This record gives sequence, C-alpha cells and structure tokens, in this order.
Amino acid sequence: MARKKKKAEVSGQKQYKKRSIAAEVWRNYKKNPSAMIALVLVVIIVFVAIFAQFFYDFKKDIVKQHIKEKFQKPSAEHWFGTDNYGRDVFTRVIYGTKYSLSVGVVAVAISCIVGVTLGLIAGYYGGFIEDLILRFCEVFTGIPSILMGVALMTAFGQSIGVLMLAIGLVYAPMYCRTTRAAVLPVRDQEYIEAARVAGVGDLGIMFNHVLPNALSPIIVQVTMGVASAILCASGLSFLGLGVPIPMPEWGAMLSEGREFMRDYMYLTIFPGLAIMITVLSFNLMGDGLRDALDPKLKQ
Amino acid sequence: MENNRILDIENLVVRFETDDGIVRAVNGLSLQLEKGHSIGLVGETGAGKTTTALSILRLVPDPPGVVECEKLSLDGRDIISMPIKELEQIRGKDVSMIFQDPMTALNPVFTVGEQIAESIFLHEDVSRAEATRRAIDMLELVGIPGERANEYPHQFSGGMKQRVVIAIALACHPKLLIADEPTTALDVTIQAQMLDLIRSLREKYSTSLIMITHDLGIVAEICDEVAVMYAGSIIEKGTLEDVFNRTKHPYTEGLFNSIPNLNDRKAMLTPIQGFTPDPTDLPSGCAFWPRCPYACEVCKKEQKDIRISDTHYVRCSRYEEKDFRINRKEIS
Amino acid sequence: MDENLLEVKNLKKFFKTKRGTVHAVDDISFSIKKGKTLGLVGESGCGKTTTGRAILRLTEPTGGQILFNGRDICRLSKGGLKKARRDMQLIFQDPYSSLDPRKTVSQIIAEPIIANHLSRGKDKIDERVNSLMSTVGLAPRLFNTYPHELDGGRRQRVGIARALAMEPQFIVCDEPVSALDVSIQAQILNLLKTLQAEMGLTFIFITHDLSVVNHFSDEIAVMYLGKIVEMAPSEELFANPRHPYTQALLSAIPVPDLSAKRERIIIKGEITSPIDPPDECRFYKRCNYACEACRKTPELEEVCPGHLVACNRWEELENTDTVVQDQEEEAK
Repeated sequence: MARKKKKAEVSGQKQYKKRSIAAEVWRNYKKNPSAMIALVLVVIIVFVAIFAQFFYDFKKDIVKQHIKEKFQKPSAEHWFGTDNYGRDVFTRVIYGTKYSLSVGVVAVAISCIVGVTLGLIAGYYGGFIEDLILRFCEVFTGIPSILMGVALMTAFGQSIGVLMLAIGLVYAPMYCRTTRAAVLPVRDQEYIEAARVAGVGDLGIMFNHVLPNALSPIIVQVTMGVASAILCASGLSFLGLGVPIPMPEWGAMLSEGREFMRDYMYLTIFPGLAIMITVLSFNLMGDGLRDALDPKLKQ
Repeated sequence: MENNRILDIENLVVRFETDDGIVRAVNGLSLQLEKGHSIGLVGETGAGKTTTALSILRLVPDPPGVVECEKLSLDGRDIISMPIKELEQIRGKDVSMIFQDPMTALNPVFTVGEQIAESIFLHEDVSRAEATRRAIDMLELVGIPGERANEYPHQFSGGMKQRVVIAIALACHPKLLIADEPTTALDVTIQAQMLDLIRSLREKYSTSLIMITHDLGIVAEICDEVAVMYAGSIIEKGTLEDVFNRTKHPYTEGLFNSIPNLNDRKAMLTPIQGFTPDPTDLPSGCAFWPRCPYACEVCKKEQKDIRISDTHYVRCSRYEEKDFRINRKEIS
Repeated sequence: MDENLLEVKNLKKFFKTKRGTVHAVDDISFSIKKGKTLGLVGESGCGKTTTGRAILRLTEPTGGQILFNGRDICRLSKGGLKKARRDMQLIFQDPYSSLDPRKTVSQIIAEPIIANHLSRGKDKIDERVNSLMSTVGLAPRLFNTYPHELDGGRRQRVGIARALAMEPQFIVCDEPVSALDVSIQAQILNLLKTLQAEMGLTFIFITHDLSVVNHFSDEIAVMYLGKIVEMAPSEELFANPRHPYTQALLSAIPVPDLSAKRERIIIKGEITSPIDPPDECRFYKRCNYACEACRKTPELEEVCPGHLVACNRWEELENTDTVVQDQEEEAK
C-alpha cells in the first residue's frame, strides 16, 4: 500500500520531464547486468550471421572436403578441430550462424503475422469469432511441435523455406494467445471508446490504438520465440528433417558429429555450445525486456 | 501540557531519493495533537498528507524514503529510536490507520470476523474464543449484524467493507486513529453514514483522530482543528473557526474560492492559477509564491510561522507587514 | 432558442446476466434545450453513465427513442451514426485512461480531425490542433508531449480539445472533474462554462457531486436505480427538494461553511440490486417515509411547472412538512 502510494506520488512528479517510452525502457534495461551481457552476445551473433559470408567462401571453406586432414584435434590452425571430411569446425559453426538465425527470425516473423493478427481479431471482437480462433489454437497446440514439423516437412519436402514455414506455423498459436491476452485489458480502456466517438473505424482502432498498447508482451514473446525456433530447427535438423546436408546448420552438425562422439567429442560440443549460447542470450534478453517493459513485475 | 499530547511532531522531513532526483515530500512539518482532539490534514494530491501519516508509524518505505525528525513522540513515547518489535506492538494497538480503498484493505481469503479477531488476538492477551467474541461485538458496533462475521470480504458492498475496516481499526480501542481519505471511494449517502459512525465511535472511546482529506466539507463536519498542507509544509493551522472564518493564507483562500458555493450558484469560481509544483524542484522560499496573487520579493525567502492567535498560525511572511490582508472576508 | 436539441423518450437499457436482467436504465425521458445544461446526478450504479453512453449509442439501447435535432439516433446506420457523432461528443471521467499513452498530445487531438477528413494536409491539421490547444489553455510547448508527462488538469484539457475538434453542438460530460483536485476542478469547470458561452454548446453533465452540478446546470435530473426520481430547474431543486432521496442526498453534502450546520438526513442501508427490480418504488427499502402506497412504481408527476417528482406520497409529505412547520411556529 505504502509503496503504491509512493509510486503514485513519484509518477505525479515526473510530468515535467520529457522522456519517450523507448528511452524509459532502455533506462530500465540497462540496470539488469545479465540482460546487458545477453544483448551484447545477441548483437555479436547477429553481426556474425550477417558478415560471415563475406569472409568465407561457401564452396571453398565450408563444404569442400579435405579427407587428409580429417579428425584433427583443436589446434592453433583449426580452433575447433576438423570433422570427418576434414572441414574446419570453427568456420562451419561461424558460418552456420546465418542458417540458424535466419530460420529463427523468419519462422518467428511467420508466427507473428499469423498469430498476432488472429489474436488481435479474437481479442478485439470477442464473442463467436474469439471462441472459434481459440478452439482452433487449442487443437493446434495439442499436437507436439516436432511431430507437426515432421508432418509438414514430409508433406512439402525438405528445404530451408519449408523448415521456416513449419516452425512458424507450429508456434503461431502461442502468439495468438499472448496477443489476445494482451489485447483484452486494452480493449476496455476509455481511449478506445474515445477513438470510436472520434469516428475512427475498427481497423484504425485495432492497429493505431490496441496493437501499440498491447505490444510489450508480444515483443518479449518474439525475443524468446527466436530462441525456441532455433532450438526447434536444430532438433529437426538433428533428426535429418531440417536444413539439407551439407549446409553447416548447427543441428545438422550435431547429428553428423554424433556418430563419432565417443572418439571426437569436440565435433558435437562446439555446435552444441553455439546453440546453447544463442538460445540463452535470446532468452535472457527476453527476460530483461519483460522487466524493462513492465517495471511493476519486478517489484 | 506536554503529557496531554497524544502526538508531537517537530520538524519532520521526508524525502524520497529516486533516479529522477530527490522528491521532497515533507519539508519541516511540526504538528501537535491533544488527547481526544481531532485534526484535519487538508491538501491536494502530492501535498505530503499520506507520507506524513505513514511517518508517524515509521511506515515510509526505506529505501527510497529518508525520514528525519527532531522529535516524534506518541503519547509521550519516542517513536524514532523505538525498536521495531515495540513499534509493531504500537501499530494497530495504540495507533491504527484506515486507508482510502476498502476494496484492497481486506484480505480476501479470511472471513471478516477472523480479520477483526486477528487484530485483537495479536495485541491483547486474550484467548482466540474471546477475540472472536469481541470481533462480533465490534461488527455490531459498526452496524453489521454479528452473524455476518463468517462471510468473506467479497460478499460485502463497498460501504460495508469500509465499516469492517473501521471495526478492525477500532478493535483494540486505539488512542489515535489515522483516517486517510476514508470516504473518497464511497457515495455521498454512504459517506454520510461513515462520518456519522466515525464521529459516534470517537465520542464513545475518546479516540484522537487525524483525518486526511482533500474535502474541506468533511473537515467542517468532523474535526476540531485544521492543518492545511501545501508542497510538504503546513501553511496554516488553527481551530475550525480560525481557518474557516478567519482565513489567513492565500492558498487556503484559493481553496475556498475553488469550491462551488451551494447558496450562490451563479458565482463564477476563482480557481488558483497554475499547477502544483514539482516536488523534485520546489520553488525557493514559500512554495506557493509562483501561483500566489499576493506574492512579492519576501516570499522567495525562507518562511516562518507567524502567530495570529494562541491557536492560529500561518506560514506567510507577508503577515510581518502590519496592514497585510487577503481579500476573503472574515466571518465572526 | 426554445427548441429541444435532444429529446430522450422512454430510454431503456437492460443487461442480461446469469442472475437475471439488470435494469441499468429503466424507462427514462427528458429533453434539453439548445445551449442549456442538464445535470444528471446520482450515486454509483444509478445508471447515469449508461444513459450518457446510450445517447451516443456507445451501448445499444434496449428500447426508446433518442431524438437529436429531430432525428432518431437509434435508427441510424453505421455511416449515419459516424456523421451524427460529429455533433455529439463525450468528455470522459478518467483523464488517465481516456488518453492513449502511446500517442502525443497533438496526435490525440488530431485524431478526430483526420478520421473525419475535416482538414487536409499536415500544415492545416497542425494549425487546427494549435488553435484547439490555445482554446482549452494548453501551452504550445506541450504539442509533442505524451499524456504521462502531464498532470490531471492538463490531461482533461486534452480530452476537451479532442471533443471540440469536430465542432460539436452537444457534449456529454461524464464526471469530467471528479478525478481532479479542487483547485484544478475549478479551472476545468470555468473552462467548460466559457466554452459553452462562446460556442453555444449544449451539455449533459453527469456527476455524483451535487455542489458541482448545482454550479453548472440549468436543470437537474436525479437518478436512482435506473429511474429519474426528480427533475427540476437547479434553483427549484435545491430550494424545494420533494423526493425523500433528493432530500437525503442534499443533506449529505459536507459543506465547508461553519455557519451552515444543518440537520442531516441519514438514509439507512445501501443501494439495492438493479436485477429484476419488483414493481415498487425503487427507493422503498431505504426510504424513511415508505408505506404500503409505495409498493407500486411511481410515475413522474408535475408538482409545479417544470418540477417533476416520482413519489407516490409527495402530496402527503408536503402536507406533513407544513404540519411540522406550523407546530414549530406555534411552539415559538
């Protein structure tokens, strides 16, 4: 009670200081050290994903086999050693960032477009439409995501595009439900009614007023969603259903290295570490964002 | 004289050290209350009324709150240096508080009877059964049938909940009751019932009362004395007649002029100009001078309390001039 | 000047719930003349807000007619409604939740202008927003600020500017000042009065605060549980309240005036359930004068020209009052 009162008083005073919402979020985010480390890592990962292709040639450095140099232990020359075809594991892990990350990002974009739109419609209109969309989501989430991925991959064939689509569709219901939950409290705010009185149409209200105010949980979900999509893509690749060989996708590398795990552990450790660090960074960043966007949660 | 005081605050300063700067919530507030008297603490949002009340029970959250005080004694006992164990005995027993919102002041998972009995059981040396019996008595005293003691808060309406809150607050017959806007969330007719209830219970137990409110009408109904707060300071205090009929401070005058007059509906309101100051950046001297129609150079300097009569004090340097008057007429 | 701008006939709004039908607004009729203000007064749950929203068709009325400039609002198509709402606007109670926190002040005020294509081109729109801001007394430097940077009074000014953007003839003010401090409240009331005089606006002023409504309205309708119990010109209503509920409500206002110590009428209990109310006076269970005659829903009857009251016993009660007065005079 006391705390609440104080908060109210403090926010009452802030009125004269100009500060945009983004700046406020950034200020809160900075206070969280693990989230800051995660952010730095994410920036590095994104940087690597974008620029690795300019430093390495796909044909020469990534897929070309050097049978003579196979199974070399990590050394100054080959930091992570070489695999069963004599390819440099370090180069492949670095280059693979591009695949893992693009699968994650595009899959999440697909989930977002489908899920957020449906969730917005469900939350805003309510009633029968809401019930229909929610039931549909429930059915979808009832199917295990790997199984769903397997089914889609076998139906449409194995390619990176289908992998993205499959993962995107699998996660769409999650975004739908998050969005709907975020829309519900916003829908009952008076400024929505005010917009209606001002003569703004349903679409205008949905995208101009409802969505921006329901955005914070969606942003958090997106950040964490990238992590789970990467994990799911690696899982599918590990099963041999993801990115086709010989592309250096981390899951596929794990799968290849698995046969030689007993003698050459590093073949699985490094791609595994890459997955772990990426997923962890995105998750920590999501956590940090959630706290920064909604400071009430922390206290 | 000293022993007759239930509350004695000398030079209370409370500030909150936040990332946005230092919020000066209470600035050098002194307040004395005689036993059995009631005082109204009046002011607008952010004037520091609630913070003052919380400091009396040392409930200001720390950090970010910093409380400094020359003297803070309750019924002759020093509160500042009191160990927390002893303080907990005083909270709820010697001093209790009624909060503004009855909806959140009750725990939804206990029956109202249990909640009243808990307060008695904690503070007095009685058995559970005895505490429960007295809880039912308390309920009936505030006008709720005793058999409803076994119901949960959600089964009560807003006014009924506030009655329960009052019952809890008065269960241990406190010497001092602090009511923080107890009727703001209620309808007018229910508010009338509540004020009536507080008044009659106060007479019965001769409890001292601090009534925190923004409504001068409520003060007129229920208090003997008034202290008007602005930006963390008491700018005028005195008996009801002093403040209402012989108003001295320009801010108090402004408050009266802002209230629509029931008897003269055509009169245009004369609101106070401008806005309440930012407590992280208070004006120098009298915090009211930027909005004050009588402001001059003296007002930008440190202000002193000026004695008008034995009971009536005003913090406005302009009264050092002999013939300074505000426009509001005195009513004798 | 004598034409009715708005006429509400037998307006009903029922909500179906699991426990029965809530009679939020139950068969009320009134009319407002151009340029005048009707005050709609009542406690929480009396249906005053629902009435205001039904007039703008923000909730679909269950029955009745709403004639605005002679046209029935209830029968308009979606496009027709959008056009009609240019002339009918709403000012909200809560200046915190009625402004989109992600939009700047200028974006909020510009929204109705853009949605209705009233001005075209960024320069024209900005110019219009600036002139609206100066009309309601907002400094131009606030053009790009966000609502959370403003205090309650300034936010409410933004809300008023938004309502004025379409140059409406008629505005429903839903408790526009009850969330504000007294001194700010007076500023906003004065602003609304000035705007009314300058633009010839017609207001419905919804509030629970009788002193505010007295100050503001030409005519007052008192609502209780979905019904209008009394309706009269403001002066007449305050001078001669006829309905027992109105009398109690008037006596319950705390007045910041020590000379006005009045007899308080405390009514027992709390507002009863609006779910499937029986055929009796809605005030029956709380009324101090209730008797057998009250067990039938009273109709609004004219007591004297312009003064309507819905009470089965008003004639009797008027006589008993005079009887009491006579006795007092004799005693003297």
